Amino acid sequence: MSWRRFLRRNWWDGERAREIESYLEIETAENIARGMNPSDAAAAAHRKFGNPVMVREEIYRMNTVGWLESVWQDVRYGARQLCSSPGFAAVAIASLALGIGANTAIFQLLDAVRLRSLPVKNPQELAEVRIIGGNGGMGLNPNRYGGLTRPLWEHIEKHQQSFSSMFAWASGDIRVGQISDLRRAKGIRVSGDFFRTLGVDPWRGRLILPEDEAQSCPLTRAVVSYSYWQGQMGARELDAGSKLMVNGDLVEVIGVTPPQFLGLAVGESFDIALPFCRPREALRRDVFDVSVMGRLRPGWTLEKASAHLEAISPGLFAETVITGYGAEAIGRYKRFKLAAYEAGGGVSQLREQYDSSLWLLLAITGMVLLIACANLANLMLARASVREREVAVRLALGASRRRLLRQLLAESALLAAIGVGLGVAIARFLSRTLVWSLSTENAMVQLPMATDWRIFLFATLVAVLTCAIFGVMPAIRATDVEPGSAMQSGSRGVTGRRERFAIQRLMVIGQISISLVLLVSALLFVRSFRNLMTFHPGMRQAGITVGFFGFNPIPAARDHPEEFRREILDEVRATPGVLAAASTTNVPLIGGSWSHGVRIGSARGGSQFTWVSPSYFETMGIPVLQGRDFTRDDTRKSPRVAVVNQTFVRKYLGGTNPIGQTMRTGEEPNFPSTVYEIVGVIADTKYNNLRSVIPPMTFAPASQYPPEALWANVMIHSDSPTATVGAAVKRRISEKYSGTIMEFVDFQQRIREGMIQERLMAMLSGFFGLLAALLAMVGLYGVISYLVARRRNEIGIRLALGAHRGQVIGMVMKEAGRLLLIGIVIGIATSLVAGRAAGAMLFGLKPHDPLTLAGAVILLAAIALMASLVPARRASRLDPMIAIRYE
Amino acid sequence: MLILQTLATGAAHGHTIAHVIEHRSEDVLQVEHGSLYPALHRLEDRGWIASFWGTSENNRKARYYRLTATGRKQLSVETSRWDRVVRAINQVLRPAEK
Repeated sequence: MSWRRFLRRNWWDGERAREIESYLEIETAENIARGMNPSDAAAAAHRKFGNPVMVREEIYRMNTVGWLESVWQDVRYGARQLCSSPGFAAVAIASLALGIGANTAIFQLLDAVRLRSLPVKNPQELAEVRIIGGNGGMGLNPNRYGGLTRPLWEHIEKHQQSFSSMFAWASGDIRVGQISDLRRAKGIRVSGDFFRTLGVDPWRGRLILPEDEAQSCPLTRAVVSYSYWQGQMGARELDAGSKLMVNGDLVEVIGVTPPQFLGLAVGESFDIALPFCRPREALRRDVFDVSVMGRLRPGWTLEKASAHLEAISPGLFAETVITGYGAEAIGRYKRFKLAAYEAGGGVSQLREQYDSSLWLLLAITGMVLLIACANLANLMLARASVREREVAVRLALGASRRRLLRQLLAESALLAAIGVGLGVAIARFLSRTLVWSLSTENAMVQLPMATDWRIFLFATLVAVLTCAIFGVMPAIRATDVEPGSAMQSGSRGVTGRRERFAIQRLMVIGQISISLVLLVSALLFVRSFRNLMTFHPGMRQAGITVGFFGFNPIPAARDHPEEFRREILDEVRATPGVLAAASTTNVPLIGGSWSHGVRIGSARGGSQFTWVSPSYFETMGIPVLQGRDFTRDDTRKSPRVAVVNQTFVRKYLGGTNPIGQTMRTGEEPNFPSTVYEIVGVIADTKYNNLRSVIPPMTFAPASQYPPEALWANVMIHSDSPTATVGAAVKRRISEKYSGTIMEFVDFQQRIREGMIQERLMAMLSGFFGLLAALLAMVGLYGVISYLVARRRNEIGIRLALGAHRGQVIGMVMKEAGRLLLIGIVIGIATSLVAGRAAGAMLFGLKPHDPLTLAGAVILLAAIALMASLVPARRASRLDPMIAIRYE
Repeated sequence: MLILQTLATGAAHGHTIAHVIEHRSEDVLQVEHGSLYPALHRLEDRGWIASFWGTSENNRKARYYRLTATGRKQLSVETSRWDRVVRAINQVLRPAEK
């Protein structure tokens, strides 16, 4: 009711005006009829009626919602104020939008990988079953998200009572298409209840059901994701002819998952989902490749489920005892305990990897925003003192202080609102760029980057906070004037009141210290990244192409795998442009990890094991320090020999001569306990990661690799780029041994892709650090200029009395220097404390690295002094006559 | 209440209402006629009276008001309440007359 009135208030006003008009006419006419002359009649009518304007105003006021009307007035007034100083408005809005945009973008990313739940029904009911503390590297661990074996999963499903339904799944690359044209796709293998438990409904066809799981291998059915269906299958409707070659088996595509379902691994998505199938032989008990999840029964908590799982653990593990291992490993296996963990957010490597970086980035962007706010507050303060007289006049005329406050706040709120609007737009763009920069050719990151209510809530919250910070304090100060004294002194004050500047000084000190912290962190991350990029892992990185070969389909390879591998290697070596080539079971720095327990004399421990062909060390540029490399004479029939690294010698052999000593490995499936004689020592190299400590490493001849491998990883050293070498090798091998599966990657490029997090931190912290320094510079410049402007008269008098220009510059610079010094001291202290948070992310330097601190201080000091030199010089060039007369 | 009572006999425009009230009260209630209009506005807003443009006796356009159904009910409520108040006051002022 009142809203309709409010919206129609102008219409009513017109209506009532006409009505009053009609009254006056009628009254006048009656007066004339009574015998008055027309002008007297009109006057009498008016007298009788009273004041028509007052009547209209009264009615108008009845129709308005008081506070709304005046708020609207304030906003319009604020907008006019902003328009009247477009420069100020542009700077304010730009810095706010940048600050809010950066914050929102980082929050959006954090929200997507960290806070959001899976897009399935009631995600909070989902829980994952894991071994407490993991399996300690036992058996084979081919998947990142695995952790349990298939036999174990089957027993859990049979015996547990805490879940209403359960499923198991495993991720892994699969190859789609004919052998001549294989494409890699992201696959997940799932148990029959996977989609039903998650509550995912088919987009097309049907999804995998329990009866699919019961079938024996090879597979016959598959489900594809929406994006795969759209991108690779042309979104054609499914029928009996919708088939795909998956890992060499022809499977029928029976359904499509809905677009919002991207699998359980956040940021990774999947292309094809395959049901588990029953292999002909028994399921392996040493492959920890599946992840088990379920929906908790109503009334069951994680604690209750964990207690139940722990109680049934001894039975479960006893029934699925790992085979082919020694008594010690079996004992350890039987002592494993299961527990239930929260899984509503899905699993995510991204989350583990980027969690701390993202929080740190959020803190950094928050600080940038804080600096921007301080700048705005300073600007507002400066404007407020310009308007001091206006405020004084209005107070003297009877305006209430609250009303004035509200008006000033409306201006800040308007700025903040515009800042949020632009900030959210910037954030959309920024967050997409961020996600894109996290992706590599090898691993696309796919995150749903929706701008939803949470993001808006966050942005609004940030805006309210900023508005409160930069708006409230200056507004309170601005209205806190004695009308009388303000009008008297006006701009004639000689030096300005001291306490009035105190706040601005404090803010500049705060800005300087915060931006120093940001600069320090930026330099730390940039230098850490540089260290990583230039780090020498002990082996050749440039000019190396890694070739992955698979011989599964070739009959000759199946008959004599060892000879076949050697032939392939010879072919690669003979390819024009190849300088050297060697095979290895484990590609360093980008590959996985393989270790065995070893016993050397009385010492026991573990070592990484790699089987390499002769000339591997030469190909990779690893020096053999003692003894010999492997040769063609080391065959399957000759004695077992090994080359170890320096760490191995240090750890297990002390000071003794390693050559000729022996070690014995522990038993594992396919890897019987073996005695090796050490024949050589190589220099230490990094193993599978640049950041990890170098472990003890053992190399053995490829020809003595215990299992019959129908694959090979070949390290190729060449002058030509990977694309050229790869194509040449591929052509040559395909001609001779058609059916060989081949893939080539650039070694160095792949290593660098592993540094994407460091690159991101270096780039972003560098950017924000510079932004912070820039904002602090603007802040310092503003405050010093303002101080100079306020002290104009004083400086004029000094100059008139004979002060040198240099003295004036010195006076201003001393002021700036004092602020800078205090800011830097506080900043260094804060950096030292804050640096601890970043310590774990740094490579090759400590968070309290003195060189970095010094660099940041010098950089900031240079910027700050430059910023204050400009107003100082301006002050020194003042014409004393004008300055003194200036009013 | 006075306005509602005036309109009980039929539709009228502002000028008439003002004069009728003045006359009926035998010029005791003399107010600026202008103050009538905010009151009319409020009554219309509450839905007790409705208005329309019409032509007055001497051929001038004027806004006419009439009582709505709710207005009529309100009038009887208010009249009875007024009567009660007047009776009460009378009893207090002249208790002896009984």
